[in-house]
Amino acid sequence: MDNTSLSRRNFLKTTGAAGAFLSLGFYMPASAKQAKIVTAAEADQFGVELNAWIHIDQSGKVTIFNHRAEMGQGSYQAVPQIVAEELEVNLADANIVSAKGNKEKYGSQITGGSSTVRGSYKNLLKLSATAREMLIQAAAAKWSVDKATCYAEGGKVFHKPSGRQMHYGELVEAASKLEPPKDVVLKKRADYKLIGKPLKRMDTHLKTNGTAVFGIDKMLPGMLYAAVERNPRMLGKVKSFDDSAALKVPGVKKVVKIKRGVFTAYREGVAVVADSTWAAIQGKKALKVQWDDSGFEHLDTEEIYKRQAKALDTQEGLPFKKQGDVDGILSKASKKIEATYETPYQYHACMEPLNCVAHYQGDKLQIWGPVQAPEWLQEYLSKEMGLDKKNVEVNMTFLGGGFGRKALMDYPHEAAEISKAMKTPIQVVWTREDDATQGPYRPGITYRCEGVVKDGGIDALKVKLAGQNIGHASGAPKDKPNGSASEGFLKPYAESIKNLAIMDVPFETPIPVIWWRSVYASTNGFAYESFLDELAAEAGKDPLDFRRAHLKEERLQKLIDKIESVSGWKKRKKGEGFGVAITECFDSTVAQVVKVSKAATGGVKIDKVWAVMDCGWYVNPDTIEAQVEGSIVMGLGAATMHEVKFKDGIPVDNNFSTYQMPRITDIPPIEVHIMDNDENAGGVGEPGLPPFAPALTNAIFDLTGKRIRKLPFNLAAV
Amino acid sequence: MTKIKLNINNKDTVLEADPQMPLLWAIRDLAGLKGTKYGCGVAQCGACVVHLNGEAVRSCVTKVSRAEGKKVVTIEGLSEDNNHPVQKAWQDLDVPQCGYCHSGQIMSAVVLLREKPDPTDQDIDDAMAGNVCRCGTYLRVRKAIHLASELQKTASNG
Repeated sequence: MDNTSLSRRNFLKTTGAAGAFLSLGFYMPASAKQAKIVTAAEADQFGVELNAWIHIDQSGKVTIFNHRAEMGQGSYQAVPQIVAEELEVNLADANIVSAKGNKEKYGSQITGGSSTVRGSYKNLLKLSATAREMLIQAAAAKWSVDKATCYAEGGKVFHKPSGRQMHYGELVEAASKLEPPKDVVLKKRADYKLIGKPLKRMDTHLKTNGTAVFGIDKMLPGMLYAAVERNPRMLGKVKSFDDSAALKVPGVKKVVKIKRGVFTAYREGVAVVADSTWAAIQGKKALKVQWDDSGFEHLDTEEIYKRQAKALDTQEGLPFKKQGDVDGILSKASKKIEATYETPYQYHACMEPLNCVAHYQGDKLQIWGPVQAPEWLQEYLSKEMGLDKKNVEVNMTFLGGGFGRKALMDYPHEAAEISKAMKTPIQVVWTREDDATQGPYRPGITYRCEGVVKDGGIDALKVKLAGQNIGHASGAPKDKPNGSASEGFLKPYAESIKNLAIMDVPFETPIPVIWWRSVYASTNGFAYESFLDELAAEAGKDPLDFRRAHLKEERLQKLIDKIESVSGWKKRKKGEGFGVAITECFDSTVAQVVKVSKAATGGVKIDKVWAVMDCGWYVNPDTIEAQVEGSIVMGLGAATMHEVKFKDGIPVDNNFSTYQMPRITDIPPIEVHIMDNDENAGGVGEPGLPPFAPALTNAIFDLTGKRIRKLPFNLAAV
Repeated sequence: MTKIKLNINNKDTVLEADPQMPLLWAIRDLAGLKGTKYGCGVAQCGACVVHLNGEAVRSCVTKVSRAEGKKVVTIEGLSEDNNHPVQKAWQDLDVPQCGYCHSGQIMSAVVLLREKPDPTDQDIDDAMAGNVCRCGTYLRVRKAIHLASELQKTASNG
């Protein structure tokens, strides 16, 4: 459900056969050209199922459906907080239910692009206000009073002059027979009771006593456990396998060859099915599998970056943006600044490894799992398993992290195939080693930047990038530049930098790649924001003033003023390195300042990070603080700790013993500020990540005069 | 398969298990207690921490046979009503994001606070460095342990 296509949506209501209730949602006929109010009777006539977002029954029980995944980012709390505000119910009285995957009912359910709030809030506000108005209208009719003399609060409607009141449950039957009003008045921001407040998360108590059900915790009667040996080179087929030792492991029931779809290719594996996870893992260890790797190049990491360098040397690339006379200025300039930046392949490393429960029953398939895109999965599995879409049920559990990886459909597909082969409910749990070594990964990218400075500003800027395009796996045209080539780079720079070129140099490897929290904004952001700093130094300008001079928008000027004041930028002392970076990501802009100093043990240490988030309209400041802190921690790991390295086509590090993660001992103090304005809502879960790495390396330059242009790097070795 | 007698969360239990099976999988798959999490299987992340006779152990590398005749406490058995001072502090500060690692974080923190009721930041870092949180909730973990220390004092004084 995104805000842009509201005109194609209608409010829809209905009454239930088994007792009255009020249930409101949006009806989205694919072919509708004009918005039209559809009544319950018409809905029956169309044969549409109501897409309920809000459901109130006669007991007054309010159920709010969360159409998105809860993977830590707070949708489980943000969606109800929005709905409860306009519906006028107490958040504590509402039941929050995770919706099943269903595109027809809920529209887009993909939890990605930090889109849950920014993509749905306007519609959710309107829907909730509509339900409230219908309940008020029903009460006014019962009391034969003017509805303007009534108001709603705490799940009840009140008649102001007489003090009479009725709870929502008493009104749902009458309300459900009303025509939904066309135009409801939404509350002003100043009148919000819930939105904008640091309310407690609704899922915390489940996560402190072990009762939150993650995918890995799902159990079904008669369920068996599977572990799968997969090709270490990621693509390729099973040539042969010997399962004699595996079948002798106590608890092992059966061994089956299995496939799973990864984008448009199938990948093969051998599944060991047992009566416990551990028995399945032991059986997997005892397998002997011969792989057919023909067709998959055995690449090393060094070779990948050599090829990116060569591609940048020899190709101009596809123009993503080209304005002014960049090449003319660059070729004639008496002094040209050049720099190359490299970002690594990286692994999502969700704490909950991939897993899925599937129950295939001939004409029907049920899935329970930590999935980011339930409605994609419903569609995909219906095709892959040859089932009617309505017979594919996808249930979202809590996700123990997602970060983009759990939007892929390979692991539920694999579970479904094993369940089909075994004719029992199956849970597949990936070991950490499986999870770390199978990809898809965040793509590593090389950026080549050239620039010319004139009169204290940027005269020309050219950025060429060579890296895998994530979009290609899902069919993006290869003769067009990567649509995300400037993600992260603030749009107003295109106004102030008259001579600007961003060129995408096509680059492919057989390594599967996918989104990783904040996607291109953070890889691009490292290159663009580092190079801006190099240009500022060349121009002899203060890095923050240099950015301010190139960013004319008032909203950005305010953001720059804020980061300058909270970080004490102007008061910095000798021996303190300060670095700044400002990036845009999913409609939000974040500025960060990192402060570093020389560490007693050698190298540098991070003393503090300040972050200012401008995400426009927002729901919960406490969630934003948590998300920005978490993004900085993830950015710290990405910048200074880990990289997926390939040797002979196989990822080298397979567990946290060598793929180092940020730990409590690594975390500097972090101070988060939020801009207050009435702009449209932007993303929250990802935009805090991109500025961290360049702000850090810019701070190191400020302290030491040394530029770091390749990630990750070791802080202790600077 | 061997019959292994142990006490889980104050309940005498007999598990029929391969004695080599890690306690983690015995707790999860045989006893059906899913609050203890699998993260790495090699004692690197702390998602699987439980108490074995009061000590914090990595259940992913602890054989179930080692628990024979001993008391195991998992996150489910930490308190009756989700009200152990550490749980309360975690709730007060909304520490978890995805929440997956926090059973282990909480179980580690409980042992720390028993040994050092008034821990310094350094004590907390030393005790909690083995617990990985991919969501990056570390600053709140540290704050919550200090808060739990306060709550614990109030509880024992009251």
